[in-house]
Order: sequence, then structure tokens, then C-alpha cells
Amino acid sequence: MPQLRIVVLVKQVPDTANVTGEAMKEDGTVNRAALPTVFNPEDLNALEEAIKLRERHGARVTVITMGPPAAAQVLRESLYRGADEVVLLTDKAFAGADTLATSYALALAVRKLGGADLVLCGRQAIDGDTAQVGPQTAEKLGYPQITCVSRIDALAPGGEAGPGDARARGSVTATRSIEGGFETLTSTLPCLLTVTGEANDPRPPSVKLVMTYKDIAAEAMPQYDDTYLDPESDAAEVCMIGRDGKPVCRARIVQWDHEALAADRESLGLRGSPTRVKEIESVVLAQSEARMVEPDEDGVNTLVHELIEEHILG
Amino acid sequence: MASQTGGAPERGAGDVWVVVEQHDGVAAEVSLELLGRARELAGTLGVSVGAVLAGAGAPVRALAPALVARGADTVYLADHEALTHYLALPYTAVVSHLVREHRPQIVLYGATTTGRDLAPRVASTLRTGLTADCTDLRIGDFTAKGQEYADLLYQIRPAFGGNIIATIVSPEHKPQMATVREGVMVMPEADESRTGTVVDVPVQRSSAAVADAGRIVLTDADFVVTLVRRVQKEKKVDLKGARVVVSGGVGVGSREGFALVEELARTLGGVVGASRAAVDAGWVSHEHQVGQTGTTVRPKLYIACGISGSVQHRAGMEQSARILAINNDPLAPIFAVAHYGIAGDLHKVIPLLIKAYRTKA
Repeated sequence: MPQLRIVVLVKQVPDTANVTGEAMKEDGTVNRAALPTVFNPEDLNALEEAIKLRERHGARVTVITMGPPAAAQVLRESLYRGADEVVLLTDKAFAGADTLATSYALALAVRKLGGADLVLCGRQAIDGDTAQVGPQTAEKLGYPQITCVSRIDALAPGGEAGPGDARARGSVTATRSIEGGFETLTSTLPCLLTVTGEANDPRPPSVKLVMTYKDIAAEAMPQYDDTYLDPESDAAEVCMIGRDGKPVCRARIVQWDHEALAADRESLGLRGSPTRVKEIESVVLAQSEARMVEPDEDGVNTLVHELIEEHILG
Repeated sequence: MASQTGGAPERGAGDVWVVVEQHDGVAAEVSLELLGRARELAGTLGVSVGAVLAGAGAPVRALAPALVARGADTVYLADHEALTHYLALPYTAVVSHLVREHRPQIVLYGATTTGRDLAPRVASTLRTGLTADCTDLRIGDFTAKGQEYADLLYQIRPAFGGNIIATIVSPEHKPQMATVREGVMVMPEADESRTGTVVDVPVQRSSAAVADAGRIVLTDADFVVTLVRRVQKEKKVDLKGARVVVSGGVGVGSREGFALVEELARTLGGVVGASRAAVDAGWVSHEHQVGQTGTTVRPKLYIACGISGSVQHRAGMEQSARILAINNDPLAPIFAVAHYGIAGDLHKVIPLLIKAYRTKA
């Protein structure tokens, strides 16, 4: 039986749960530089599902992210958590992508890997909360999708039977959360699943893997950060200098730009994005003393009006 | 029926559509709410409202007049056994086919788990823009790089964990598509005297692709995903998912007083919460309790009525985006975590809030 191939799509995101006043510029836009970045939480749930499936069925788990060079951090964390292979899509041509252009690049990357039996990703990223990249990647790959998955019930990897036999294709059964309930669906492979936080509690990074990379994380990482992105190479090694001064090479971060993907530039980045941001308005309130409102009709009317204007009340 | 406003450019042509979500012949409320807003947008643009309705058999067919009554001028009815339950692939095929054929300029979906499964797949198929989970929609102009675009759909939504409100446009691509959050648009009154057209959309189930532009052909490839089962539970108290929580504490004074808290919650489309003291007094059940020993909530708006603001209670609500505290005692600790405070008698203030909201909204 050919080895099961699982691709996990992840994103490095600003930690929107901890936005402070400083994170907003005076013009009301977000100062991303002032925000710490994190591994998008539901993408960790997706990675955990992939590792669990590998434990049960055997699989090759490849993690892909698209972002600036610094997004390699989520790939390192993926390696600590047991990913077999990691791919960084980074290129100025990818910048400014909305979900349509992002899914185009991700789908090309999955294709370049030779496709997958399962593609997993978080339901949504906490910076945009769109939940669109998963279904749009599935559509471009021509894969079916099951979104909002809270549990993977069963996986039957493809068998040896001849082509055209449904069993040969394998199947996945998953339960998705819907309003006030759930539904269970079965899909043939390949299939793309978007996973919610309900699915699991992601295990912490493996002690063994962290030990493997300990010196790197502790000392050589910044130096490594500056040099690993060799524009001449599409396969930079995660090769860091150990405490003893010798290189420690454990895994590779494969790096692809738009040429590596043979992408149509008109479909990438801002150029390939139908949507434009017309306006951004900050709604961060400096937490201070309560604004006291008079307990009369005028005071209450003004307050309610303001809350509706600011989309706090529908 | 579709009329152009004087001198409007060609790009303004096309109707405003709502893709209606239905389960077992019952339309999702958000779909009906969207028909109301679609009506307003279509009025501004001088075009008609279309509703896409897919499903199987009499119960779905019977929905069409209700959609007309809520604002649809044309209902595109795709009635086929294969469409009994929502599935992403065949529904994407139906919606994409209809959009290509009729070229609406705007297509709206409810931001439900179904709408957010379907809309991105359709947007990708049509290679057009989509904005998720909008809380407001308007028509307006847009200028970029010296180019002016008239009558675009402003797709307004919170982003960045609710810290910003973004207005998104899709200037060059049609249709402009958005999913819209439930409960933010006003449900239109049903007007049984409205008239509209029901267009039967021919759907054919075939094992392989058939070239037939006149009908929607669903192939085996559209049914590689099958529904095993669907379970809808009784609606329980959903404090965690609530956008608005209205909580009462010991200051509410009585079970009757608590009815006022419940009425405010109902009016604002919110969920009733309570402090431990109110639960212990027996005015409300434990599943409503907010705080360390209850549920932790982080709604857009938390209204604390007659709650002094113990540390235990605050732990369960201080992450709310906005907090309004109403308390007789201007020195109550709850005001320290509140964004807005009303120092006054909640029995007088709550009716004022209800009245203010009903007249403004």
C-alpha cells in the first residue's frame, strides 16, 4: 500500500487575542509589528489530527505555510511537533493576497508535492476569521471538502484494488459542527478537512524533538534566520550552528517562490485578489474609567445610538 | 423588471441575489433577513431581487411564495431529489451555474456553517471576491489609482479579533459576494400581496458530464461526499456564542425583576446571564451563571444589571468587548471594569434601554 500523504496548511498570525492600544496606529490601521505572532490555534488542531492519523495509519505529514521569511517559525514549531517535511511559500509576489489568491498559491504547492490523500487546515485564522482559504483551496485542487470538523471518525486509506474501485480510493468520515447540532459525512480520498478547536487538545512539542533542536533554538537561530533564505536555492536546510560550533542539520525547510510553483503572476498576491480594503476603523477602547451615562432618556438614547453605530449592537 | 437608473454604467447591471438556506423545508432566519437587506440594496441600484432555492420536493417548493413575500422578485427553484440535503459540491454546481447564466451583481449568503461552507467554494469556482461574516452592507463609490467605481457593495465586517471594522469592496469582479452574520439585518415583514416569479431550474443527475448548457447536470463527481447523519439538538443556553449577554445580579431584587433582564436580552437578541447571587436566590437556573464557577463569556456587549462586580464574576466577563454596568451604587466595583456606567435604578433604566433600541433599530 502506498504511504498515506497528509498535507497540513498552517498560518502564522498576529495574536489578536492580546491586542493592546499600542497595536493600533493613529490612523486606525493595525501595527502588525507591535503584535506578537503565534501559530494559528486551529491550525495546531489540524496538525494534531495529522499526527494522530500518522500514528494509527502511517503517513507522511507535510506542513505548508505562506508568508514572510519570519513565518518559518511556525514551520520549526511544526517540526518540533513531529512534521516530516515543511514547505515555506515566500515571495514578494504573494504579498497582499486575499483568500482567493492565497488558495491559488497553496493549491499549486499541494500539486507540486504530487497531491495528497488528505489536506488538513484550521477552520479559520484568528486575524481574518474568514474560514475561506480551506474551501477555496479544495475547489482549486478539485478535492471535496468537509469544513468545521470537530472529529475525524474513521479513515480508510486507499487499497491495492484496481483503478475505478471505490475502495481503492479510500475514504474519510468526519463529523462537523453545525448550528445546534452536528452532521457526519463520508468522503472519498483525496479530501480537504478544516478542523475546529473542538477536535483535540494539541500535544505540546515533543521533548525529544525539542532536545534535537535545543541548541538551535537557544543560540544559533537568529544567525540562521538571516542566512537560510538563499534565493538561489529552493531547499534550504534547517542547519544551525551548535554550541560546539558544528552545524546541526535535522530537517529542511523547503522554500518555494512563484517560479518554483510555476504560478500565473496575475493570480497571485494583491494582483490576484478581487477584494480591496476600502477603509479600516479601529474599535479598540483604552480601558479606563467607565464613561458615566445619565440615567435618563437622553443619556440612554445617545448610548444605544452609539452602540448601534459602532456595530456593537445589531 | 430590472431597470437601470439614468445613465448608470453597464457594470451596474445585474440583480441582487440571496442564496437561501433551508433544512427540511424551513428557511434559515438569516436568509429571510437578507431578503430584506437585498430589497434595500436593489432599490438603491434600481434592480430586482433574486432568491436561489435548492432542495427537493413539496416542502421546498412551498417555500417560494414566502420568499416572494419577504422581498424576492424571482425565485430560482432547483428542485431535485439529489439536492435533498445540503452538500457542498452539488450546491456549488447549482449556484455557480445560475450565477453564470443570470449574472447578478451581488450574491449574499448567511454566515452559517452552511453558508460559510458553500460561499467560498462558489467564489473560487467563479474566481470572484468574497467577504466573510459581514455585519453591514451598503452601496457606495470607490476610487483607486485614479479609477472611479460607482455603486459598489460595501462589505463591512469586524476583523482582527473584533479590534477593527473593515470595509471591503470588490471593484473589478462580479458578482460581489458576502456572507452575512445572523441577526444583524432586520427581518422584513412578510407582505403576502407581493408578487414574483418562480423559475423552475432544470436539474439532471447523470453518471458522467453531459454537455447541456440549458440545464444543471450533476455528475457522480458531485456526490463523492455523502451525508451519514444529521442531528439537531434542543437549543440550550448558548452563553459562550452570544454576541450580547444581559446579566442580572442581586440588585435585580426579585424573580419579577429578573423578567426585566430577560426582556432586555430578548429585545437585543442576546442571552440571559446571571451572577451567582441571582442563581442562588433561585431567580434563574445555573446554566445562565457567568463567572468563575459558571461560564466565561466574551460577547461584543455585556450588560451587568444590579451586579456589584465580585472578582469571581468579573473573571467570567471582563474580556467582553464592551461592558455596560447599571447599578444604584456609583461606587460598585463593577464600574471599574465597565466601559459605560449608568448609576441609577435598573427598574427605570432597563425600560429606557428597551425603548431606545426599539426606536433606533
